[in-house]
Amino acid sequence: MNFKKSGLLGAAALLASGSAFAECENTVPVKSLTNAFPAYVIMTDVMTACGSFEAELDKDHRLKLNDAFSVAPSLYTIAGVANATSVPMFEEELVRPLDDLIAKHGQGLDPNQFIKVDGQTMAVAALFNTQHLMYREDIFNDLGLEVPTTWDEVFAAAEAIQASGAVDYPLGGYYKAGWNLGFVFVNYYLGEGGEFLDADNMPAIDRDMAITVMERMKKASTYMDPEYLVSDTTFVTKQLQQGKIAMANLWASRAGAVNDPAESAVAGKIKMAAGLMGSAQPASTVWWDGWVVAKNVSDEEAEAGFKLIVAAMDPEVIAANNDAAVWLAPGFTPGPAAEGAAATAMAGAPAYPATKAMAVMHTALGEGLSDFMTGDKDAGTTLDDILAAYMTNAGEAGLVN
Amino acid sequence: MRFRTFAAFVGPSLFLMLLFIAAPLATVFWNSFHVTKPLYEQVEVETCTPGFPKQVCTTTLKQEPILDERGQLVTETRFVGLESYGNVLELPRLRAALAGWDWNAINNIDFWQALRFTLLFTLVTMPLVIGTGLLIALTVNSTLQSIRGPVIFVSLLPFIITPVIGALSIRWLFIGDGILTAALEAWTGRDIAMFAQGWTIELMMYLYRVWHVAPFAFVVFYAGLQTVNQDALEAAVIDGASRFERLRYVIIPHLMPLIIFVILIHLMDAYRVFEEIVGFSSQAYVISLQWLTYDFLMPDEAGTRSISRASASAMLTMIGIILLVAMPLRRAWRDRRGNF
Repeated sequence: MNFKKSGLLGAAALLASGSAFAECENTVPVKSLTNAFPAYVIMTDVMTACGSFEAELDKDHRLKLNDAFSVAPSLYTIAGVANATSVPMFEEELVRPLDDLIAKHGQGLDPNQFIKVDGQTMAVAALFNTQHLMYREDIFNDLGLEVPTTWDEVFAAAEAIQASGAVDYPLGGYYKAGWNLGFVFVNYYLGEGGEFLDADNMPAIDRDMAITVMERMKKASTYMDPEYLVSDTTFVTKQLQQGKIAMANLWASRAGAVNDPAESAVAGKIKMAAGLMGSAQPASTVWWDGWVVAKNVSDEEAEAGFKLIVAAMDPEVIAANNDAAVWLAPGFTPGPAAEGAAATAMAGAPAYPATKAMAVMHTALGEGLSDFMTGDKDAGTTLDDILAAYMTNAGEAGLVN
Repeated sequence: MRFRTFAAFVGPSLFLMLLFIAAPLATVFWNSFHVTKPLYEQVEVETCTPGFPKQVCTTTLKQEPILDERGQLVTETRFVGLESYGNVLELPRLRAALAGWDWNAINNIDFWQALRFTLLFTLVTMPLVIGTGLLIALTVNSTLQSIRGPVIFVSLLPFIITPVIGALSIRWLFIGDGILTAALEAWTGRDIAMFAQGWTIELMMYLYRVWHVAPFAFVVFYAGLQTVNQDALEAAVIDGASRFERLRYVIIPHLMPLIIFVILIHLMDAYRVFEEIVGFSSQAYVISLQWLTYDFLMPDEAGTRSISRASASAMLTMIGIILLVAMPLRRAWRDRRGNF
């Protein structure tokens, strides 16, 4: 099914970028490794049409990225990375600065797309992602409810929806044990203005704040399908599409799918709103996804790869696939699907604090929190165990002494 | 056989065993006593990322790995003795939990939680696999010759399915309002969530494993049944032995070596239970020892893995299997010696 769909999207991209891909003829062999969601399918299809290009789209690309780019010559010429996956690539200098290539071929790019480390552009972002509220407008109107902006308002609305019996469960949440569950905590805790680590990578978690956040996660779970500890983003998207839940704080990249008549039973009834506010700032984080060029390839290959990247983000390609993502590249007109993401970013949602140590902390949180959610441990013990797990993991990774 | 011929026959497989079994084992053993970590230095970095609508720049102090002149990570390998084993076993916490007779606290330590499930899983499914396998074998053996072929074929099907795929199928049958959960709900008239608590997930895992492995036991036992001494059976009938007595005193003793064989294979297989955990994504409720090793080995978002603890955990799993199969193996060994 995915395959067919990507083919269709690709065809649309090709039709629209007819003029663009005439200019982008490529003769130098280029290989890419990226994630597999629709935006990457669209971009790599454009590159394929330019010739001499081989795309590898893999949901688990992060498992290959580092090793593939550390060897010389690198196994891939270009790659799609995000906040978190870019960390080891930048720190271990596996990708090359792009400033020269941008000056030569990237005049059409928006400077906002450039990821800069100490003044050098290391990556070119293609799209923007965050998490925000998606809700069933019809149910909210029927019950005369206001659109919630904070978690307390969400709980009040959930209470009313539960009483009305309009849906199976008022709330959806990606609480799957592991990365997802850890991510929920990270977002809520940042929303309270919390800090995770100090400059020496030692934990700096505020105990009371963390316990408040955990209690809130537990409260939220009471309004969800009881199988929440195995539900990931795709599962919540389906719950929304099948009309089983009335609202969810979900990834902006799913905003197109929930109202897509081909997949959704409630297409057109779901509205986008800003991410929920914590007491300090939005309890959502800002992510980018974009392109890097390998360091261990010849200059000729790097140049060819960069030209393909520019061609894939041609304004005509973006305009033809406007609702597939919240694009950062020129040519994008924010539509209804992007409203929630834009509002969340305007409200000042912080960037996800991607570092090596934070990745270790995130993993410890994702694994430790499930014991609290199942009721096996109280909040204090859970937090102590998470911090102990962090110290062991970070110690073995050499991040703390 | 002359030594040269013998060596020529055994040589290649000996070489492959050294390459693919002994060498990795030695590496894992070595890794479990050493820790390799990159060296870090503190630097101040200015990072600019896309905002919406404007670019956002931040300056932070952070730890960055040190690179040598060839651009490779500078790492340091240190002998740590049993530290990695200690980090996996978390003995002080176990001692505290044992002192307080707190079962829940023991269950909250990853390794012991995994060991609890792995042992229970192995020991609960073993008799069920043997029993079900024997039952199918006896049934097939007493059905008409003409339909035996198709019956054997159908009974073998579960064994052919790739374990992960089988586990995923069960997951989709039961998760959310999957068709079997929906059917159960319609039948009992209650709201059922099979993936919302540990014991239902565990129950599905036991059932799935028995369903999956029983055909193996069946094939082995069925082959064994073909060689049962018919004279002994007839003699038993003449002596007035009932159906059950014939099974108990003639057939089972005859099958005993095969039963031991199936037990051995099953112990080794079940102790490495893994597909069920991944297929059911049950890590919030139920984990196994093999899954623990895998979890240590999986890189996080920034590519960090715990090789040393993964090695220690793998060594512990191996020790567990050796202890577990030692008993039936000793028995088989004794029986063998008695025969000669």
